[in-house]
Order: sequence, then structure tokens, then C-alpha cells
Amino acid sequence: MKRYYICLSGSGGQGLILGGVLLAHAAVIDGKYVTLTSSYGPEARGGASRSSLVISNNPIDYPLPYKLDLLLTLNQASCNCYVPHLKEEGILIVDSTLIMHPPPIRHYSVPFTTMAAEAGAALAANVTALGTILGLTGVIKPASLEAVLQARIKAELLPVNEKAFKLGLKEGRKLKNHSEEYYIY
Amino acid sequence: MNKRNEEVLLQGNEACAMGALAAGMRFFAGYPITPSTEIAEFLSAELPKINGNFIQMEDEISSMGAIIGASLAGTKSMTATSGPGFSLMQENIGFASMAEVPCVVVNVMRGGPSTGMPTRPSQGDVMQSRWGTHGDHPVIALCPKSVLECYTLTVRAFNLAEKYRTPVILLIDGIVGHMWENIEIPQAFEVTDRAKPTVPPEWYHPYENLPGGEITPLAPFGQGYRYHVTGMVHDRSGFPTLVHDEVEQCLKSITNKIKNNLHDIIDIEEYLLKDADVCVVAYGSVARSAREAVNMAREEGIKAGMLRPITLWPFPRFHLEDIAHRMKTFVVPEMNFGQVYGEVLKSSPKKAVRVTRVDGELVTPDQIFSKIQEVSS
Repeated sequence: MKRYYICLSGSGGQGLILGGVLLAHAAVIDGKYVTLTSSYGPEARGGASRSSLVISNNPIDYPLPYKLDLLLTLNQASCNCYVPHLKEEGILIVDSTLIMHPPPIRHYSVPFTTMAAEAGAALAANVTALGTILGLTGVIKPASLEAVLQARIKAELLPVNEKAFKLGLKEGRKLKNHSEEYYIY
Repeated sequence: MNKRNEEVLLQGNEACAMGALAAGMRFFAGYPITPSTEIAEFLSAELPKINGNFIQMEDEISSMGAIIGASLAGTKSMTATSGPGFSLMQENIGFASMAEVPCVVVNVMRGGPSTGMPTRPSQGDVMQSRWGTHGDHPVIALCPKSVLECYTLTVRAFNLAEKYRTPVILLIDGIVGHMWENIEIPQAFEVTDRAKPTVPPEWYHPYENLPGGEITPLAPFGQGYRYHVTGMVHDRSGFPTLVHDEVEQCLKSITNKIKNNLHDIIDIEEYLLKDADVCVVAYGSVARSAREAVNMAREEGIKAGMLRPITLWPFPRFHLEDIAHRMKTFVVPEMNFGQVYGEVLKSSPKKAVRVTRVDGELVTPDQIFSKIQEVSS
């Protein structure tokens, strides 16, 4: 695999930095090289927040992504801000619970926050989204991410996160198998 | 492939804290500040488990004072901060240089001056780490480019501090400190422990001028050795002096112990320099962009190479002098307005150009590559 660039973006407090760590750790379990950088403001909640990952089979020099292969956005501001960084054939995934005006390009629209709330905690929207990313792209093995959840998430929060992940994964596989139906403007 | 199974995902700051523990650091005093906070956070949890001490002080001035005290009592000590805190520490860093107290100061650099940009990286403290405290004083500053080096250079910082009885500054830029990477934690490495005095307490002078440039071991307080420690110019017993040959002796010895051991202290990385005529001089995270830019240039048939000072202070000027006759141009990319660029100008008569960026983003390989193209066309 040549380098694969992923950006998880949204507002502070949505768990995007943690999401990046989970994804990067899973990539390490898969035997990949990975660099994860993040960008956030001084606020604990609100503001713009993002995790940027470079995943590769070879050692990585420049640790930031060039044009993105995959962009996840969990709020309107980050969607507006980061869409220009997407490759022409790159995949855009938006949280339809929170994004009312997706850009006029092909994208997958998934109500992550609503789904996570159904799983037991709206805060698990980040993990739901990770499930969808893995189901859709296969860049990392789902089993690796499940192992990371067990290693990094507190025991009392694990069941809801695992449930959220499985919901997201199922949704991702559905989108992949019916992309002509879901990958739309 | 098997070997890579041992790898773990670590953040630069975490790796720095782990390296410090591996080097034998057992006392940390600090005041949390972005982007260095993870170091304090990690150590506050880990140090108590191994009989170490963690203190959150009221500010950075006292943090620096606390680690000097702990070090004089015989414990390897460290503090971690960012630009604003580093400014406050300067007075006591000067004290540690003058009183020859080993300690490690980690500065995870953020955008400055003043409060600047707390969550954005920079390399703006290069000159501050050299001349932040007043007077002619020795400085050792190391600059990692990766998470692995955050670990190994922290160990090295302690080794140099103990060996040369001096504060050592670890200049991590915000990108490297906050970056996560997979590394294999080094298992075998050299750890220098503090030498013990070989003379009984009544014969001991902590600032003895030993023949051959040997450095007097620092006796830990509380073990029968009594001596005076001061920031004033002192004689061999540590008491203030204004006798002119004792003054000169004192100041020369703190400077010469570094100057006479450059071969041991200075470490650089060379990349494709053998046949190069354009040399990129880059350090920290920017060196990663530079390496990629050099590869891009080579693909275009431009003979570019890179020299990376791993030891920023003392600056590897002799290494630059050595290769300068073969080079046409030096390109110096930095996340500041050209602090190392000035050192490159001093070291070589050849043309040098800079690529600067101070907007809180990493210099990109494209920026460096287009400068390489520009100077070689």
C-alpha cells in the first residue's frame, strides 16, 4: 500500500483526537507505519479539532497528509474548512445528524450521532464513525480496532463503544456494497 | 517482520517521559503548559510507583529551583515546559550552569513570542536556549525529529548532564512532542551515572581544577560532604571570589568543559551528502520535510543532501566547515525567521538561503524543494 491519508475533523469534545489514537493504534497492530498529528484550539469544547493520519507500509518522513484519501467531518464548520483538502477521488463522510449543508460533491451521509445515541451514548459518535470508515475502506482490519478498544477504553464504557463500533461497521459495509445508491451528491 | 510486532504507538511527549525514567530520572518538578503537559501528566502517574517524586510547583521559576536542589541531593532531575515557562526558567538555568549542577530541561516549543500560539508548533526558541540566560555560559541543546528520538535523546540528555555537570536542554518542537508514531522501545543503551568523589569529605573541593580537563565529581548533599553552592563567581571550594585569576579559572572551566569535548557532544545526521552540491540544513520536524524534499530533488537529478544537527548547541560548525568547500549553496528551512540560518552564515562563506515559516504550520517538502530548484537553476 502506498501512503493513505485520513483526516478526522469536527469540534473539540467530539473525541476526534481519541479517534485518531484508536485508528493509529489499530494500524500498528496491522503492522503498518503510522504518524498521527492533531490540531486543536485552546478550548476543551467547541472550536475546530482534527486528527491527521498517514498510514503506510514504509517508514514515513513528512508526517502530515498531502491531499486526503478520506475525510470524516462531524460538524458543519470542519466540513466547510477541510473539504478543499480532499483528493479528487477521495472519500468524504459527513455526520448527517449535525451537518445540514453538505458540499455539492459525492459523499456518504451517515447519522453517526443519532446512531451512537441509539447504542447508548451520543458521545460514542467518533467510534461509530471509525466503524463506518473501516467497513467502507478496509484500510485497517476491524478485529485490530476491536482489540484497541479493549486496550484503551475504560471497562465501564467498553460495552457501549463496542456496540457503537459494530453499528458503524455494519453501516459502512452496507454503504460499500450499495455505493451506487449511497455515494451521492 | 517479527521484530515489528514489538512496536508500540507512542506520543513524542510520552516517549520523552519514558526515556527520562529509563535514564534513571526520579525527580520531576514542573508547571503544566501546552504542548508539554503530557510529560508532567505521565510522570505524575508513574514516578510515585517507583519511589520517585513528582511535584507540581507554583510556577516555572520554582520548578527550575526544585530540580537544581534535587540534583544537588544526588537525584537525576528534570522539568518540562514550553516557551513562556522557559523564559521564566532562564535565571535558574544560569544558576545551574554557574554552579555546575546537572539537570535536564525539556522545552516543547510553541509559537511565540510571549503567550503566542499555545497549540501551534514552532522552532522559535533555538537562540533562547543558547543565550536566554545572561553571561558567557555553556549550553548543550539536543533536538529530536521523531518519537523514537524523543526517547533516545532524553536518555542522552541525562548522560551528558551527568558527565559534564551542566544543564542540558531538550528542544522538542510542538509537532514532534504531540505526534504519535510507532516505535520499538530501545532495550539496550548506555546510562551514565554520576561519579562519586574519590576523596574524603575534608579534602573535597566541588570546583577543583583537575589536570587534563577531568571534571570534579559532584558530591550529593547529605552524605558528609559539605560545600557552598552559589551563583556568584566562586573559587574551588564554592565560596564567592573576586581574585582575578580565580575568576578567570571559574569562568574558563565551565566553558571549556564543553568546548574541549565537542567531538563527544556533537551528533549530526548526514543524508546523501557525499556527492551533493546543495545542502539542506534542517532540524527537528522540519528535517523530515527536508529529507522528503531531498528525495524529490534527487528524482529531478539535482544533487541535494541534508545535514541535520541533532546537537543544536554547541552548533556543529566544524562539520559545516568541512563540507562547505564542496557545496554551492546551503538551504536552511526553519519554523522561525532564521535562527539557525545565522549560524550557517557564520560557519561557511558559501551562499545560504532560508525558507521560513512562522504561521504555526510545518514547512512542507514542496516549499523546500522549490527553494532547492531555485538555487540550483
